[in-house]
Amino acid sequence: MCASAAKQTRSGRLVLLCLASWALPGAGHLWLGRRSKGLIFLAALPLMFATGLAVHGRLFPFDLSEPLVGMAAAADLGIGLTYFLAGALGYGIGDVRVATYEYGNAFLIVAGLLNLLVIVDVYDVAMGRK
Amino acid sequence: MPSHLLLLVLFAFFVSLVFAVIAKDDGWEQFRFGGMMFGGFLASAVAIGWLMYPFPL
Repeated sequence: MCASAAKQTRSGRLVLLCLASWALPGAGHLWLGRRSKGLIFLAALPLMFATGLAVHGRLFPFDLSEPLVGMAAAADLGIGLTYFLAGALGYGIGDVRVATYEYGNAFLIVAGLLNLLVIVDVYDVAMGRK
Repeated sequence: MPSHLLLLVLFAFFVSLVFAVIAKDDGWEQFRFGGMMFGGFLASAVAIGWLMYPFPL
């Protein structure tokens, strides 16, 4: 009974840790005391995302009738709260006429995907695998 | 920011940095791994660019 409760508490903590890491890149590492790694993720990933926005990349909508657009939206969402903040501030409209449009999309999508890798890493650290 | 080369370098830098920090724990190992990855990105981009040079659009 006690072991089960401890296991549930541990699972709950893991979910919170992963959610925090998704919402704010590097937050999970900071939570676990890996300060230098956390600070690097906290600086690099939002900066990469911001670069994508600055060069007129597009935050793709969740259009499931277009599978590639839907997948790009899921990748964009990987960056966490920054995605919603950018959308709320009117960024990420994208301008296909600009030469750097595709570069911007690559920055936005890859920043989101890298944050998903960071979440997997923080999960591994929390499980004691690293 | 119209420079394609600058964007390529920035992209390679960010990806190499994050991969190096995820993959390695020791500072020197991170620097070495990230540097090799960054160099690999740039070298392959220049090599592929030149290989595509003869092909018309």
